[in-house]
Amino acid sequence: MNSADQYLKAIYLVQETEDGPASTGAVADMLDVSPASANEMIGKLEEQELCAHEKYKGVDLTEAGIRRARDALQNYCIIERFLLEVLEVEDFRAEARQLEPVIDETVAERLDTIIDRQPQCPDCFDAETDVCSLLAHAEGVDVEEADAAD
Amino acid sequence: MSVQAVDSDHQLARLLQIGVVLEEVVEARAAKHADTADLDDEVRALLREAAAESATHRDRLDALVAELEADTVAFDEVKQLVEARYEADEDFDGVLYDQLCNEETAYKFYADLIEAIEQSEATFTIDRERLLSELRAIQHEEEDGVEEVTQLMEGRSP
Repeated sequence: MNSADQYLKAIYLVQETEDGPASTGAVADMLDVSPASANEMIGKLEEQELCAHEKYKGVDLTEAGIRRARDALQNYCIIERFLLEVLEVEDFRAEARQLEPVIDETVAERLDTIIDRQPQCPDCFDAETDVCSLLAHAEGVDVEEADAAD
Repeated sequence: MSVQAVDSDHQLARLLQIGVVLEEVVEARAAKHADTADLDDEVRALLREAAAESATHRDRLDALVAELEADTVAFDEVKQLVEARYEADEDFDGVLYDQLCNEETAYKFYADLIEAIEQSEATFTIDRERLLSELRAIQHEEEDGVEEVTQLMEGRSP
């Protein structure tokens, strides 16, 4: 997945959590990059009309940005589910984060042919816990508890 | 930020395992098509050759994984998974198109993996140059595979 798609996915997830524009700081935190790097990439995405950035408010994805972000999120879900179902990786969340940049969408599509992904994907992804809610039980993540804590 | 570097034996082993699974997918699909679809001898021969080549690639990747210091899991069930989940498209165009997608996907995977290793400053248990040379050789064979299928498709287009 290229870096632009990783940013779009991060903005999408932060917007889901914050229920509004995503702050640059939160996007930078999610990707573990500096705010300056995040600002630079957000500027590039804005030039491509994938998001709109308003000072002091944050970043909003455009319709085109949302589509790409959801595709990226779906690829990420495929990687998580593949690691768990096929390679039986217990710590699939951490490994999915590591592998995400190296797994292209065409590769993810092929991996998708041998996993049992649900039709509601990627809406089943829980932004708070950074895991598909349908897989959370496999790692002991309690999504309902995390939701209730908000 | 670009394609991030591979930074450990464990991560490298995991990526090589994904390569093994992709080869398993190519092998299983090509073999199944060669055995079941209504094809002429030329296409059937191409699919059998592709299946055999993927089996070789899988063995070569397995050999690389074995040289790394990483805990990996056995996944003998992958082949059964591929067969169970795969709904065969047996018309002629579908078979060749599927084969083309398989070869292109494998090619892209090796390209991204090679780039990630080249960008990495990590020291692996396996010699980096030998690792890259083996992966480049496999990638080159995938490239030839793409070309072969494309030529066959073009030669038969109405």
